[in-house]
Amino acid sequence: MDLDRRSLLKGGVALGAAGATLFDFARAWAQTAPWKPEPNAQLSMLRWKYFVQSEDDAFVALINAFTQATGVKVDITRESYEDVQPKASVAANTGTGPDLFWGLYSLPHLFPQKCVDMTDVANYLGQKYGGWVESAQKYGKVSGGDKWIAIPVCYSGALMNYRIAASKKAGFSEFPKTTDAFLEYAKAMKANGTPGGFALGHASGDGNTWVHWCLWSFGGNVVDANDKVIINSPETEKALLYAKQLYEYMIPGVASWNDAFNNKAFLANEIHWTNNGISIYVAASNDPTKKEIAEDMNHAYFPVGPIGRPTELHLMYPILAMNYTKYPQACKALIAFMLEADQFNKWISAARGYLTHCLNAYDANPVWTEDPKRTPYRDVAKRSLTAGGLGSVGEKAATAIADFVVLDMFANVCTGREDAKSAMKMAERQLQRIYRA
Amino acid sequence: MSDITAGTLRVQSSVREVSFWDRLRTNREWLGFWFMLPAAGFLLLFLAYPLGLGIWMSFTDARIGRSGSFIGLENYEWLLDDRSFVNATLFTITYTVVASVFKFAIGLYLAILLNRYIPFRAIVRAVILIPFIVPTVLSAIAFWWIFDPQFSIISWSLRKLGLMTGNIDFLGVPLHAQASVIFANIWRGVPFIAITLLAGLQTVPPSLYEAATLDGASPWQMFRHITYPLLTPIIAVVMTFSVLFTFTDFQLIWALTRGGPVNATHLMATLSYQRGILGGRLGEGAAIATAMVPFLLAAIMISWFGLQRRKWQHGGRDD
Repeated sequence: MDLDRRSLLKGGVALGAAGATLFDFARAWAQTAPWKPEPNAQLSMLRWKYFVQSEDDAFVALINAFTQATGVKVDITRESYEDVQPKASVAANTGTGPDLFWGLYSLPHLFPQKCVDMTDVANYLGQKYGGWVESAQKYGKVSGGDKWIAIPVCYSGALMNYRIAASKKAGFSEFPKTTDAFLEYAKAMKANGTPGGFALGHASGDGNTWVHWCLWSFGGNVVDANDKVIINSPETEKALLYAKQLYEYMIPGVASWNDAFNNKAFLANEIHWTNNGISIYVAASNDPTKKEIAEDMNHAYFPVGPIGRPTELHLMYPILAMNYTKYPQACKALIAFMLEADQFNKWISAARGYLTHCLNAYDANPVWTEDPKRTPYRDVAKRSLTAGGLGSVGEKAATAIADFVVLDMFANVCTGREDAKSAMKMAERQLQRIYRA
Repeated sequence: MSDITAGTLRVQSSVREVSFWDRLRTNREWLGFWFMLPAAGFLLLFLAYPLGLGIWMSFTDARIGRSGSFIGLENYEWLLDDRSFVNATLFTITYTVVASVFKFAIGLYLAILLNRYIPFRAIVRAVILIPFIVPTVLSAIAFWWIFDPQFSIISWSLRKLGLMTGNIDFLGVPLHAQASVIFANIWRGVPFIAITLLAGLQTVPPSLYEAATLDGASPWQMFRHITYPLLTPIIAVVMTFSVLFTFTDFQLIWALTRGGPVNATHLMATLSYQRGILGGRLGEGAAIATAMVPFLLAAIMISWFGLQRRKWQHGGRDD
């Protein structure tokens, strides 16, 4: 408790001190920025609801500085990230609603013709801050073109979380780097009575990230580059059989896990490896009674499969402006301001590793190195593939993920409800309807 | 005689002078129509229109944020061939039937028990209502912990008692998960039935029991020939409501399992939400929701016939 209060106080002091400089910078920036907000401009923004309070505090400070420097009032509304998409779709369709939407990965691709062209903002930021990572370009640009329809602000990473002592005891001084070694690891961990587990219930975050990693790491794919469904393949079958073996070494009950279950089980010493954001570590560090868990845990990349390169899926948060806005220049100014080093560095530090940048220059932010256990999350944006895999990142990919098609295919095989072939057929049938022209 | 005729004539002529508007103004039915109009408007706007829109949508390929084009029965054809949908329908029926039977049996038993003289009756009656009062999501979270694969209180107790070594996988095995959610639904639904039946029991005149006692009737005979027949109308109503609520249940499943594991606990309502709102395919979601209507209509018809029987229950005749 004491620790919490102290760190909060420190944070507050830092923020207060930062306040003045933030404002000075904001004023200077407003005078030189390429985008001049329209006179009397006012903006409203719908954003995903924060996971960490400190991130939101830093964000509000950033917005206040923008308002002071430019006179543009910004009204922020927060919704759980799953609810941003339906609201944005309705707004795009009816032509009225918030000027800016900040949501989940494929959001701008649901209505690309309704988004303000952000090419100038993206080029400005890209040139200034070491360029955009590849996956961010795919999320930000209109499919098959060079026009940017959104600015990819950040990722929320999902990586392996594991206990150090238990892994050492199982004979692994570092976390396995390949899928074969990982299977051995899971087996040894289970034999020692320190098993782990991946969520196989309808867990939109943790469930979807690991099954896509598994599918892709064996060369399986939902669709090809032309959005043709190719799920029913020998590669997918290999991935399913691998997952079934892995499932045997997991703690019983993972088939019912939602997003919160692995956090609970990890923090209660019930499981010793799982996939997650940095939230378990943050929760353990904040709780004095869980101190030994925080000290004894670490993070690692997902193991690499037979195809020989990383195949991770992380959550992307792009921001877009609707073309019905009366103040497109103000929207661009705000977005560019958010990602300028003086704001973005503070904001991403406040997020304590939950959020990862998409602009290469921010690799240098001390948030990634002051605690080495955060470092793997720095590379999340570089390692991430995009929703839909080889195919487009639009509405169809979003539907397939929301409908848990791949997740249910894995769960069907792992729990023994279906064999691999019939599970693939079921998924294929569903996907063909989702991806039909 | 002539006076009378003249009087009648005069009255008749004055009646003819009444304009259509005057007649309308004093017409009780016309007035009634206007009094009814706001209610009818509400019903049309908030019940008939959404229902009609939902049914129309089920014939289109509408997605969130954009109206689709008419595709006829395509959604239904696809669903008929969709194992998730067929399983969800079968499970919805099982869920409703099993839960309703148990809720009725336990509810009736509790009602009869509470109708007797027991100490602290008022408090016991209030306590019985708790599961019904607690918001569904809250009770679902309680069950979440009870059924947790690692932290379940049931597994923990059995382990501490030395009756088993591992944990029970309540929500991870399809059959266990189905039984668990049905159990949670029963727990939640019993108070409603118990309290309503208790109200019904209290309307049974004690004189009937006295007469039966004098005739030497056994408790079972009294229940079978007095309590049960007099309770039938209220049973019909309360069971209709219970069946409707159970069939359209959403919150409990969504909070507990989200339809998992592997879609084993999806009800039609949760599947409709997942496909229509989360997946964005409104047309297909609407088709799943519309497919619930025939079942609900059937439940209402049963209740309607149940209510009709009320007359002869009270010594009248059906006509």
